[in-house]
Amino acid sequence: MAKMTVRENLCKGCGLCVEVCPKKIIFLDKSKLNVKGYHPATVIEMDSCIGCAMCAIMCPDCAITVEK
Amino acid sequence: MSSNQRVLMKGNEALAEAAIQAGCHHFFGYPITPQTEVAAYMAKRLPKIGGTYLQAESEVAAINMVLGAASAGIRAMTSSSSPGISLKAEGISYIAGSDLPCLIINVQRGGPGLGGIQPSQSDYWQATRAPGHGDLHALVFAPSSIQEMVDMVFDAFDLADQYRMPSMILADGMLGQMMEPVVFPEKSVNPVDKSSWALTGHQGKRAHHIVNSLYLQPDELEKNVKERFERYELIKSKEARAEEYLVEDAQLVVVAYGATSRIVRSAINTARGKGIKVGMIRPLTLWPYPSSVIAKAAETAQAFLTVEMSMGQMVDDVRLAVNGKKPVAFFGHTGGVIPTPAEVLAEIEKMTGGDR
Amino acid sequence: MAVVYDRPHALLDVPTHYCPGCTHGIIHKLVAQALDDLGVEGKSIGVAPVGCSVMAYNYFGCDMVEAPHGRAPAVATGLKRARPENVVFTYQGDGDLAAIGTAETVHAATRGENITVIFVNNAIYGMTGGQMAPTTLPGQVTQTTPYGRDVNQIGFPIRVCEMLSTLSGVAYAERVTVDSVPNIRKAGAAIKKAFTAQIENKGFSIIEVLSTCPTNWGLTPSEALGWLRENMIPYYPLGVYVDRTEKGVRP
Repeated sequence: MAKMTVRENLCKGCGLCVEVCPKKIIFLDKSKLNVKGYHPATVIEMDSCIGCAMCAIMCPDCAITVEK
Repeated sequence: MSSNQRVLMKGNEALAEAAIQAGCHHFFGYPITPQTEVAAYMAKRLPKIGGTYLQAESEVAAINMVLGAASAGIRAMTSSSSPGISLKAEGISYIAGSDLPCLIINVQRGGPGLGGIQPSQSDYWQATRAPGHGDLHALVFAPSSIQEMVDMVFDAFDLADQYRMPSMILADGMLGQMMEPVVFPEKSVNPVDKSSWALTGHQGKRAHHIVNSLYLQPDELEKNVKERFERYELIKSKEARAEEYLVEDAQLVVVAYGATSRIVRSAINTARGKGIKVGMIRPLTLWPYPSSVIAKAAETAQAFLTVEMSMGQMVDDVRLAVNGKKPVAFFGHTGGVIPTPAEVLAEIEKMTGGDR
Repeated sequence: MAVVYDRPHALLDVPTHYCPGCTHGIIHKLVAQALDDLGVEGKSIGVAPVGCSVMAYNYFGCDMVEAPHGRAPAVATGLKRARPENVVFTYQGDGDLAAIGTAETVHAATRGENITVIFVNNAIYGMTGGQMAPTTLPGQVTQTTPYGRDVNQIGFPIRVCEMLSTLSGVAYAERVTVDSVPNIRKAGAAIKKAFTAQIENKGFSIIEVLSTCPTNWGLTPSEALGWLRENMIPYYPLGVYVDRTEKGVRP
C-alpha cells in the first residue's frame, strides 16, 4: 500500500517521473491544464504504486510526495 | 597604539591604523602603487588581533570579498589606486545596489590607463558621478592632512553603516606617502544594529535574509532605486561638509580639495600678505557636495577659481553651485605634476588684477 | 502511511522559474537535503551566481546573497572569513564558474578556502538563451557556435575538476550527474561529503554536477538526459578527482 501525490500546480509536465516509474503508472493528464498551462502528472492504478519514490527523487520541481 | 598620543605616521599607514581602530578587522586588497603601505600595514597588524588580511587574486575579487564580508554585517574595507578602482567598479555598484556598508580607499595616481604613479585628482568624476554602473552614489571624503585621513576613516565607516552604502576616502599619492604627526581619537565605535538584514545564518529563529540587487520587474527596481535616492537626498541635506578659509570678505574664492588645498592655502596666505582679498572653500565631502556653501559665497564673491590636479573635474560642481552668477575659472596640472604655490598665486593675481 | 519522500526543509515551498525538465531543480533538492541531513540550514549562507540559478536566493531557506557574475567564490571568501563558524556555499553554472569567474574559482581553491562550491555544468549558457559555454563540447551547436564548436578556432572545453585537482588547497572534488535515480543518490552523497569537508575545516570542496538544458539543447527532458549520457559523460568522466578529507589540505 503506497501513495504518490502530485501537487499539480508545481508540476511542469516534464515527464521525467513518467520515464522513471518502474510500474509505468504515471502519465501526463492531457485533459488537464494547471495554472502554469502544463499537463500535470497523474497516477492511474494507485494500487500498483510500490512507494519506491523514484518519481519524487527525479522530479525537478518537488511536486511529488510519496507515502508508504 | 594608545589614544591621545601624538605619533608620526605615513598617510597610508595612518589610514590603515584608523580603520583598525574604527573596528574594521577585515581587509581585502591587491598591491598597487601608491597605496601599497595600507595593505602592508594591515598584513602586519590584522593577524595579531585575530582579523583577516587577505591578498586577493585581483581588485575585482578583493571588492567582492568586501561585499561578502559586509553582507555578513561586519566592517570591511579595501584600498587601491586609480586603475584598481576601475576594476572595483562592478563590486561597488553591487554593494550600493545591495545596500551594504563598506570602506573603499582610493589613493589616486595619474590616469587614464596605466597613467603614472604620481599624485593626481583625476578620479573625481569617477568617485562622485559613477563609481559603478547604475543610479548610485558612494559617500566620498576628501582629507587634506594625515590627521584628517584618520578622522575621516571613522566618519566614513559610521556614515556607511548609518546609511547602508559604500564610503570612499578619495586621497592621493601625496597624502598617502607623506608623514605628519597624528592623534588617534578616543572614539568609541558605535555599532549600528544590522540584525534586520545581515547574513548570520537564521539559526531557525527567523525567515532567511537575502542580500540582493536584482529586481526584474521595472516598477520594483524603480521603487527600490527611488527609495535609495530619498536616502541620498537626506544625506545631501545633512552630511555635506566644507571648510571656509577667509571667505567672508573674499572677492575671489578658490575652491580646492585634498592635497591641492594645502598648496592653495599657502598661495592665499601670500596673497593676503599682498592685500589681495582671496579665500578658499575646501570641500571635505565630495559627495554629497557642499554646494550651498559655494552658492552662499557666490552672493558676495566676485569670481571663483578652482584648482585641481586634473584637467578640471570638480570645477563642474563649482559651476553648478555658482549657477552662472559669477565667473568660474580653472587652473590645474595633471599626470602627477603638482601645482606650485607660485603658480596658484599667479592665477590669483591674474584674476584679481594683482595688488589692491 | 509514512512519508517516504517529501520536500527537504531547506528548500522553500515555492515554484521555481526553471524550464520543464531542467535538472537545476534536482540539484537544488540535493543541496537542501544535505543541509537538512547535516542539520546546518540555520547556520548556512548560500551565494547565488549570475545565470539560470541567479534566483536561487528565493529557493534555499538559508540566508542568501546574490553575487556579481563569476564572483561567487570571492563573495563566499569574504563571508567565510567574516563568519568562519557558518557554512558557506556557492551555487554556480559553467559560464559563471569557468569563464568569467575562472580566477575567483582557481584562487579560492588554491587558498584552500573552506567553502563548498556546487558547480552545475550543462555545457551551455542557459539564461541568455543558449550560447557557447567554456564547457560546450567540440562540435556542439549553440547560438554562438552555429556550425558546431570548432576547437581550431575557439579552443577546447575546460574540465574543471581535472584542472582544480592540480591545486593543493582542494580537499574534495567529485564529478557527478543526475540523469538517473542511482546517479542522483550518488550526487547527493557527494554533496553531503563536500559540506562535511567544510564543516570539518578540511579545505575547498567542489562538486561538479553534469546537468541538462533541454530548452537550449532543443531536446525533450528525457532526450536531454540521453544526450548527457552519450556526449557529456565521455568527455567529463564521473568520479572523485581529489579526496583529502582525511587529513585536510593544511599542514
